Amino acid sequence: MTISRRQFTTGAVGLSAALGLPPIAHAAANTPKRFVFVIQRGAADGLAIVAPTGDPSYASLRGPLLKDLDKGAKLNSFFTLHPAMRKTAALYGQGEAMFSHALASTYRERSHFDGQNILESGGGKPYARKDGWINRFLKLLPANERQGLALASSIPLAMRGKTPVTSFAPTRLPDANQDLIERVTGLYAGDPLLDPVWQNALKTQMLVSDIPSRNAARGANVGLLAANLLKPADGARVMMIETGGWDTHSQQINRLNNHLTALDALIFTLRRELGPVWKDTLVLVATEFGRTARVNGTRGTDHGTASAAMLLGGSLNKAGRVLTDWPGLRAADLYQGRDLQPTSSLEGFIIDALSAHYRMDNGKLRRTLFPDFV
Amino acid sequence: MASQRSNYLAQNRFGLGIRPGERSIDNPQRWLEGQLRGFDPNPRAISRLPGRRAIAEELIEFRMKSRALRQSKAMDDGQSQNQKTVKQARRSIRQNYIDAAGARFDLALNSRTPFAERLTHFWSNHFAISADKSRVFAFAGDYEFRAIRPNIMGKFGDLLSAAVLHPAMLFYLDQHTSLGPNSPTGTRARRRNPNRKAGLNENLAREILELHTLGVRSVYTQADVLAFAKALTGWTVVDRSGGPGRRRGEYANAEGETRFLMALHEPGSQQILGRSYGSDGAAQSKAVLADLAVHPATAKFIATKLARHFVADTPPASLVTKLEQTFLETGGDLSSLYRTLITAPESWQAQPAKFKTPWDWTVSTYRALGTTNLPENRRAVQLFDQLGQPIWRPGSPAGFADQAQDWASPDALMRRVKLADRLASQISDDQIPLELAQTALSDALAPATRQAIVTADSPGQAVALLLVSPEFMRR
Repeated sequence: MTISRRQFTTGAVGLSAALGLPPIAHAAANTPKRFVFVIQRGAADGLAIVAPTGDPSYASLRGPLLKDLDKGAKLNSFFTLHPAMRKTAALYGQGEAMFSHALASTYRERSHFDGQNILESGGGKPYARKDGWINRFLKLLPANERQGLALASSIPLAMRGKTPVTSFAPTRLPDANQDLIERVTGLYAGDPLLDPVWQNALKTQMLVSDIPSRNAARGANVGLLAANLLKPADGARVMMIETGGWDTHSQQINRLNNHLTALDALIFTLRRELGPVWKDTLVLVATEFGRTARVNGTRGTDHGTASAAMLLGGSLNKAGRVLTDWPGLRAADLYQGRDLQPTSSLEGFIIDALSAHYRMDNGKLRRTLFPDFV
Repeated sequence: MASQRSNYLAQNRFGLGIRPGERSIDNPQRWLEGQLRGFDPNPRAISRLPGRRAIAEELIEFRMKSRALRQSKAMDDGQSQNQKTVKQARRSIRQNYIDAAGARFDLALNSRTPFAERLTHFWSNHFAISADKSRVFAFAGDYEFRAIRPNIMGKFGDLLSAAVLHPAMLFYLDQHTSLGPNSPTGTRARRRNPNRKAGLNENLAREILELHTLGVRSVYTQADVLAFAKALTGWTVVDRSGGPGRRRGEYANAEGETRFLMALHEPGSQQILGRSYGSDGAAQSKAVLADLAVHPATAKFIATKLARHFVADTPPASLVTKLEQTFLETGGDLSSLYRTLITAPESWQAQPAKFKTPWDWTVSTYRALGTTNLPENRRAVQLFDQLGQPIWRPGSPAGFADQAQDWASPDALMRRVKLADRLASQISDDQIPLELAQTALSDALAPATRQAIVTADSPGQAVALLLVSPEFMRR
């Protein structure tokens, strides 16, 4: 079903109501819950991933990009999921996946780096905040539930901030000698930069020592690695996974197909490997902004505005829907005559998703995660 | 100037690290200044590599064979033979990349002008390409060696023009297929197929404004991006395997070269940053580039980036102002800019120090160990893949980040410790750890590091501790 503007206005009321979960005014103690944010760096094309095939203008705007789209799963009478996301389509059928469309952050320009900065910092302006909304979110969890981990070789902005988090990316280097590690610990004691970073490295080292590194080669392996890090009782509770390559200025069909196949495998494997923990897990997939409504001359799309986001998880029992206040794709409907018009807020969507998953108060999340957000 | 640690700072902050047997420097500023004149833009390590034409021919062969393979798959005949030749062609392209990356590493280890080498790396990263597409991959070394390197001592405008019009950049940011909607080719394409939108691509224009010259959120608008994209139409790469540059005839011997094709160029004048640029083909975009190169916003952007790279993540405002003034006074003369940088007292403050990138750390590690070459070039490529800074592959036109917060992560630190452990275990018997440390860290060797080295359980462990010590992690 498609939800209209009346049912889903801004972030304020929509999602928790749609999911049938009443928000609770304070954080529940000792939640076993997990949250995973998969960032799509480079501006993923929401109009190709959750394709509005029911919009009468869509086919003429997209021309050569429509190839194979008829093989994608029909999400409802209006939207078709990209054919590379077959396993995700099955999750949608089981009510474990949902999409939101025509949403955007507060950012309205078209620079990747500024757009990602807004998406990650949760600030109202690029570079206004030095910490990220996920790090601020950790503060709202009970002290023993604040293990944050980025599946990346360095810590992305969304996870930077006061609460220490760690990062991990598989390596083929053999482990260092344990005695050397202890001596390095001594050498870094008191170094304001290196000591806290090294302490985190030691913690992660213990968690992952039994995972073969070649597992991270492709999407499924990233999913497996993420599951292994999320599953243990003392493992990560909040995770960020980096994905890139979404900046499809040319040859969009092949590139998008490759990246979505990997994302689909990542999601599927994560769910399978998490087993019973999946029911306490929420996965958010989002990008910094969307792409132009019209195909460009190099069979790609250029930087745009609104895009789509995904939620997946075992507790999304009333999912299986596309939330949107669809703005339309006629020339007059487009933002600045070229982009999908944003009709709802990505920040609001994130707040609602976390509020429903953790049963946390909406206003408190808003004030902590997106304090500049109006 | 005469600050403490000036020897360490000259060799590490401005250079690439100290090698055993190198004399201590009497006058750090004169040592750096001398490199601006003594720099060899085309040393043997580079001149012996295959030229652009040879690489272009290999690339064309690869693309044509891949196409033949796809067609034979459709017809289901002679597949395995075709598969083999495509594999071979791909391997020879990859070998070009490996050899070029190896040459870069070789120069970094052995150059007598490490300050100039660092400047080359800085500019190559400022005008970043990323070897993710096969055509960028093939030309990545040629880009740094023949567009960036020969131009780092001259005017910023010449460097800008050489960088953004090199085939690697045109391929990377999709400029080679960008087509003026009202150009002769664009008009013809529309007549043939009215539904197909003529192929204007904004990518290069946007990144020049945002990343190479004025800086993001400065003085330009979306309309400027669009007009500049139109002005840039026409620039493409001669390539008989496909695309707008496939035409033969006059370009028969120019495979892999950048050419301006009037047939692709959007006619008419363009308004950019409030100025009108007339419609005389290649000269139009050249005029825009020349103006961008001396724009005050560019001066500020470049001054900030240079100061951030050499001095501190948050560089002193007074230093940025000095660099900015030099840039404006000299019309972007880069050697003058470097002289301002090395004579400013702000550049010689020991704190706060820069945290080394994986490239910095690895190069200085091999230099400290006295290594002059790796057994095979492939090893250099693998090393930087493992350490998270693959050579010429930052993954984004913004290049690799240049601040501690981007590199000092738990995982990255652990990788350095592992690599240090492995390299240090291979030192020879005549390498005395404390002597290596005294050379490598010079006047910056801290008592705690010295203590860790002399109390280590083996020479190998002592050297590993030197390589991961707080002073060695910084510059």
